[in-house]
Amino acid sequence: MKRSFFSLAVLGVVMAFLYGPVLLIFAYGFVPNGASMSFFGADGRFLGFSGKWYSLIFGGHHSVAPLMQSFWLSLRIAGLATVVSCVIGTTAALALHRFKSRLQSVHYALVYTPLVMPDILIGISLLMLFVACGVDCGFWTILVAHVTFCVSYVTMTLLARLQDFDDRLIESAYDLGAGPWYTFFKVELPLLLPGIVAGGLLAFTLSIDDVVITSFVNGAGTNTFPTFVSSMTKHSRNLPAVFALSTLMLCFTCALVGVSKALSRNPQNSKRKSK
Amino acid sequence: MTKRQHEIAITAPSLLWLALFFAIPALVVLAFTFHGHSPDGGVGEWSLSTWREIVDPDYPAIVWKTIRISFEVTVWCILLALPCGYAIAKMRSKWRAVVAGAIMLPFWTNFVVRVFAWKTILHPDGWVQHCYFSLLEARHWLSAHLPGLVARALDGAGIAPAEPPDPAFSTILDSEAAVVLVSVYTLLPFAIMPIYTAAEKFDFSLMEAARDLGAGNLRAFTSVFVPGIRQGIVSAVLMVFIPAVGSYVIPQMLGGTNCVLIGNKIFMRAIQNRNIPHAAALATLMAASVFVPIIAAAWWRRYQAKRGRRIVEVRAARLMAGGTK
Repeated sequence: MKRSFFSLAVLGVVMAFLYGPVLLIFAYGFVPNGASMSFFGADGRFLGFSGKWYSLIFGGHHSVAPLMQSFWLSLRIAGLATVVSCVIGTTAALALHRFKSRLQSVHYALVYTPLVMPDILIGISLLMLFVACGVDCGFWTILVAHVTFCVSYVTMTLLARLQDFDDRLIESAYDLGAGPWYTFFKVELPLLLPGIVAGGLLAFTLSIDDVVITSFVNGAGTNTFPTFVSSMTKHSRNLPAVFALSTLMLCFTCALVGVSKALSRNPQNSKRKSK
Repeated sequence: MTKRQHEIAITAPSLLWLALFFAIPALVVLAFTFHGHSPDGGVGEWSLSTWREIVDPDYPAIVWKTIRISFEVTVWCILLALPCGYAIAKMRSKWRAVVAGAIMLPFWTNFVVRVFAWKTILHPDGWVQHCYFSLLEARHWLSAHLPGLVARALDGAGIAPAEPPDPAFSTILDSEAAVVLVSVYTLLPFAIMPIYTAAEKFDFSLMEAARDLGAGNLRAFTSVFVPGIRQGIVSAVLMVFIPAVGSYVIPQMLGGTNCVLIGNKIFMRAIQNRNIPHAAALATLMAASVFVPIIAAAWWRRYQAKRGRRIVEVRAARLMAGGTK
C-alpha cells in the first residue's frame, strides 16, 4: 500500500497548508507590537504575548471604533439577508419540489445560474441596475445584493433535503382534516426546519464573508467588515485587532454550528426514545 | 385556491426577486455595452464605440492572462485534490466525516482576513520570501551549468532564466506566483470536496483487480481510479476555474501592478474611472470565458451518460474476469 502512504502524506501537507494561515491569524491576535507585526523587539528579544487587542475590542476603544462599526453593520446585514433569503428560499424550494411544469424549469434555471456565476458578475450587474435606475448605493443596496446570492444557496440546500421528505405525511395531515395552512405550519415546517437552519447558516456565512459583491454596491462610506479590512493598508496598526476579531468570529461560528448540529439531532433522538 | 394559483403563489417571490435582481441586471449589462461612455461618469448614447475600443491590445491580453492563471490554479488544485480525495475516501467512515469537516473549517475565518494573513506570510523579510528567492537563484544556477542549447531552450521557456534574479524585483508579494499560491489556498477545498464525494462511491476492489493484473500503484491510480471518478473531477474543475476567472480580491491585494486580471480591470473601470460601458463589455467577456467550460462540461456529461458509463462497466468487468483467472 505504498500509494496510500503517499496520498496520506499529501493530505498531511495540504492540511498544514490550509491551517498555517489560520494559526497565524490566531497567533497574531496576541502580537505585542502592531506597527512591526512582530513578537520580537528591535534587539531580537522575545516580547511575549499580549491580550491588548482583545481588551481594545471588548473595551470599545476609539481606535477600533470604525472596525467595530463595520463589524456590526456586517452582522446586521447578514442577519437580515439570512431571514429574507430563508423565507424566499423556502417558498422557492417548495415550488420546485411540488410542481413540475415549464414555469418551474425557468424558475430552476433562474435559481441555479447565480451559483455558477462568478461573484464579480453579480456585483457589476447589480451596480449597473442601480446606476440605470438612479438608486443611491448604501445599506439597502448591499442587503438586496446579499439576499440575491443567498436565495439560491438556501433553495438548493433545502431542495436536497426535500428529496428525502416523505410526502405521505402531508397527505395524511389532509386526510385527518387539516387545512393547507395548518398542515404547513404544524407538519411541513417543523420537519423542514433542520434544512432551513442549514441553509440559513450557509447564507449567514456567505453574507458575512462577501467582499466582491459588496464592494460594487456599497457606495461611498458604507463599509462591511470585509470591505473595511480589504481597504486597510499593510501598515495599518490595527491589523492585530482584525486578527483577534476573526479569531472570536471563528470560535462563535464553531459554537453556532455545534449547537445547530446538536439541535438537528435532538428530534430524532427523542423520537427514538419515545418509541 | 386551485393548484395553478397555489403554484404561482409560492413561485412568485423567488421568481420575481431573481428576475428583478439577477436576470434584468444581466440584460442591463449587455445593453450598456452598446452605449458610449459619457465624460460625467454616466452612460452615453447608443453606439458600437465600446466594442471597437475593447479590441484594443490591452484588453485581450488581460483576458488571456486571466484564463492562463485560472488554468494554472485549476491544475494545481486538481493535482493536490486527487491524492487528498483518495486518502480521505480510503479512511474509516468515522474519520472521513472528521477530516472532511476539518478541511472546510479554516473557511469559516473571513476570506479577506485569510488573504491578509498571507500578506503577512509572504512579507519580504519572511522565510517564504527567502525560499522563493533561493528557488529563483537555483533556476539561474541551472541555466549557467547546462550545455548551451538546452540552457537557451529552458531560458526561452521561462524555466531557467539566463539573467540572475535581481533582489529588488524578485519579491513574491506583488507577483503572479503569490496570486496563484493564494488562489490555490482559497479554492483547494472546493476541489477536494467533489473529488472526495466521487471517490467515496468508487469501488476500490477495481484497483486491487488492476494490481492483481500486474499494474503498478501509479498505473492503477491513473488508469483505474482517475477515470472512475471523472465526474467528480469535472465538478472540481468547474468549482475552481469559475471563481478563479472571477477573482479580483486576491490579485488586488497580493498581485500589485504585476497581476491585473479581468476582475481588477472591471472594478477599476466601474468604480475608479467610472467608465460603465467598458466595465460592462469586460463583464460580458468574462461571462463568455466562464460559460464556455460550463457548456462544454454539460455537453460532456450528457455524452458520458450515454456512452462512457458502459465503457467503464465493460472495462471493470474485463478486469474482474482477468482477476479471477
